[in-house]
Amino acid sequence: MTVAFYLAGVVAVIATLLVVTRHDTIHALLYLIVSLFAVAVVFYTLGAPFVAALEVIVYAGAIIVLFLFTVMLLNIGHEAEGDERHRLRPVSWLGPGLLAIVLLVGLGVAIAGGATAQTGARVVGPRAVGVALYGPYAIGVELASTLLLAALIGARHLGQRHREPDAGSSATATVAAPGTGGTGPQTTLARDAGDAQPAAADEAPAPPPRTVRFWRKDDR
Amino acid sequence: MLHLLFLVPLLPFAGFATLALGGRRLSHGGIAAVGAGSVGLAALVAVAIALDFLASPPAGHAFDQVLWTWFSVAGLKVQVALYLDPLAICFILIVTFVGFLIHLYSVEHMAHDDGYARFFTYMNLFVGFMLVLVLADNLLLLYLGWEGVGLCSYLLIGFWYKHWYNGYAARKAFVVTRVGDTAMIVGLFLLFTQLGTLQIQPLMARAAAAWPQGSALPVAAALLLLGGAVGKSAQLPLQTWLPDAMAGPSPVSALIHAATMVTAGVYLIARTNVLFDLAPPVRTTVAVIGAATLLYAGVSALFQVDLKRILAYSTISQVGYMFLALGVGAWSAGIFMFITHAFFKALLFLSAGVVIEALDDEHDIFRMGGLRTRLPVAFWAFLVGAAALGALPVVTAGFYSKDLIIDRALQSTQGGFWLWIAGLVGSLLTGLYAFRAVFVVFFGAAHTQPRAGFRTGWAVRLPLIVLAALAVLGGLIDIPRGWAHLQKLEEFLAPVLPAAPLRHGGLAGALWTTFVPGVVALAGIGLAWLLYERRRQEAPEAQTSAAARYFLGGWGFDWLYRYAFEVPFLWFARVSRDDLFEPPVDGLARLTRAGWRALSATQNGLVRWYLYVIGFGVAVGILLVVLR
Amino acid sequence: MAHVPFEYGLYLAAALFLIGLVGVLVRRNLIFVLASIEIMLNAAGLAFVVAGSRWGQPDGQVMFFFILSMAAAEVAVGLALALLFRRAFGSLDIDQASRMRG
Repeated sequence: MTVAFYLAGVVAVIATLLVVTRHDTIHALLYLIVSLFAVAVVFYTLGAPFVAALEVIVYAGAIIVLFLFTVMLLNIGHEAEGDERHRLRPVSWLGPGLLAIVLLVGLGVAIAGGATAQTGARVVGPRAVGVALYGPYAIGVELASTLLLAALIGARHLGQRHREPDAGSSATATVAAPGTGGTGPQTTLARDAGDAQPAAADEAPAPPPRTVRFWRKDDR
Repeated sequence: MLHLLFLVPLLPFAGFATLALGGRRLSHGGIAAVGAGSVGLAALVAVAIALDFLASPPAGHAFDQVLWTWFSVAGLKVQVALYLDPLAICFILIVTFVGFLIHLYSVEHMAHDDGYARFFTYMNLFVGFMLVLVLADNLLLLYLGWEGVGLCSYLLIGFWYKHWYNGYAARKAFVVTRVGDTAMIVGLFLLFTQLGTLQIQPLMARAAAAWPQGSALPVAAALLLLGGAVGKSAQLPLQTWLPDAMAGPSPVSALIHAATMVTAGVYLIARTNVLFDLAPPVRTTVAVIGAATLLYAGVSALFQVDLKRILAYSTISQVGYMFLALGVGAWSAGIFMFITHAFFKALLFLSAGVVIEALDDEHDIFRMGGLRTRLPVAFWAFLVGAAALGALPVVTAGFYSKDLIIDRALQSTQGGFWLWIAGLVGSLLTGLYAFRAVFVVFFGAAHTQPRAGFRTGWAVRLPLIVLAALAVLGGLIDIPRGWAHLQKLEEFLAPVLPAAPLRHGGLAGALWTTFVPGVVALAGIGLAWLLYERRRQEAPEAQTSAAARYFLGGWGFDWLYRYAFEVPFLWFARVSRDDLFEPPVDGLARLTRAGWRALSATQNGLVRWYLYVIGFGVAVGILLVVLR
Repeated sequence: MAHVPFEYGLYLAAALFLIGLVGVLVRRNLIFVLASIEIMLNAAGLAFVVAGSRWGQPDGQVMFFFILSMAAAEVAVGLALALLFRRAFGSLDIDQASRMRG
């Protein structure tokens, strides 16, 4: 079991490194799945089978799949890959790499300075987790479900497509802030200085046409 | 009745306060009523006081009214106190009465101006300060009035402030008179430190007791006071501001720059005559300045083409006559000249104002012409005024006053032959330029037509008529001794102003010399008729000759002052802009700006950059914790 | 189960977290940024689970549970925004969105 821990740990680190260094999005996401699987194994070796399962089912199985679907929807194509290759020069790794090493050393020293102990003394199964969740952490569960509901509504709203208004009117975009207490007041970003009709044309009839673009095509 | 003296300055100040606070809310009629009415009431009070004074003069021919103590510090106690004696009476009568006539004229003349209320506000303030000046019991209060009239002069010259030239002219007036005022205040310092008081009458007494005649201290003090007088009265060398001061409205020129403010210097010298008598060199300087100025201005006036500038140089010249009179010891003659000059000069300016207004702000006399038939009121008024100015014998007040001065210049022991000649030449020039103006403006072919439908109302005609009458009859208060015993003014002023010491025999005693001034005046007028009446059909004079331009520009004084003072000062200011104190001061600003630029650069809107900085902060935090 | 010193788990979590951080800082593609954020969240959750395992209590797993649900919500909305971003800017370069500068 101990071997499994170390092995899975190494795999996770390597896979994660590969995630951030790939040019192709799909490749990177697949490596991310590998990394998540490795972390699930780590969970299992630590005596947390429930979260190991959750990791696989929810994280790798839903979230990353959502990523994949979005990537396919965005239809990035090969020119994006070329862009990535072009933009990602070795020198751009220097600064963040340095920062990461400094932080790693600092964190390492901080961790090493604490008390040492053994993990994996007990297997904490789903039953124990469930009891804890619906006991002391019940409110957290309710809040998490509200959060998910908000995210659901937000994502659906953001993602919907409407007929675009004719060119010449400005775009209004409403940004609902999820997780910060529902929808705030609508933020109208009318960026065109020269246009007189935008707000009037948009607001005058009963439901303002909800456009999804922030700026006009030629605005930069 | 005399105890009402305080009302005389108070009423104009009350008018000022009313108009300053509520002028915008009053109707035109209300503004006129307050503006002209306050000065009119003050005139009535002044007349009543004068009559009371004449009927039963107080002890010592002086009435002192202490109002309150201004301040009392370290041995200097200055009170706001009014002092009334014959000299002051002459001045307050002229200031309030002529002032009232000018205010009445302004009611109609300025009626179409947007700044109607502002105009009367400033005019009332001016009259108030002038009255403070002439009624002041002590030199510091006099200085207050002195500065106050300087302020009002600035405000009124630059009345039409939107045009840059008017502001320039106002500043020029203020700065040039400031030079004189500085000399004056230094003189006040000297007088106070040496004699311990600034109250005029005790001051004179102490000076006469303590200082021998001709010693350094009275000479210095008198010279400094003369500096102030020269500035305010626009005599050489501080005369450059008065021609430019014509940028203001005509009533302003009439009141301030003809009848009253420019005579403040005359008042000062007359008031402190004891001091000047203690300093004969300075007294002679006064006469010489007067003589030089009257010649200078007379020649300059001959070459001017702007109607008001002719009158401005004429004022400088006539005040020069007053200085000449004071300098030769003919004190009351100088005051007499002040009185008659106030009448005819105000008359000239007001009628010039009518002409200028009728021709839609045309000032160039060579674009006028033939206005005799079209503007009869202005013509007759101007003619009477010019006749008085030119001292037309017997029938004008100017004759009596100016000829008295010219006579005294010869006859006084402090006068002299050359001063007499200067006075005569000046008289010739005066007649010449005055009637040049008359002939060119009112006779000949008309180059500009008056505005259609231009009428003068009673508010304009009444002052002109009254002033014309005074310009004719006003001389009868003091006619030459040889003719009749009617020297009312001289007798009236005798308690205050000493009589001129006369010499007998020689040229001074010859009877024929009393006729010379009259002859010269007629000659001047005749010469003008010859030169200008005949040439009425010809084209306007071309002022292209160098000499003409030189005299037109006031003998180059502006040029001189510009290169002697302005240019070095501006050079110095420009050079001092980058002196050694600049880098620290500027460096602070530049440092701040650099810091701003640096900080702005960190707000570049890139999320990755922000996260990077956050990571950096976290690293610093962790290191701080770990390395402790 | 494996008896691993608890620091090793935390080291692993730290390493994964920092790799995710580097990914966010370096990559300009919005998808990569979001994926790197997921990596960081996952690493944080790992740290919680390790701690829970050290004490033998379910609280660590409960925390991971909450982190997981929050990550899911965030990804949903984030990817929707990525769609809008793409439509607004025409590319997925997050450096394009720098109007709040200065």
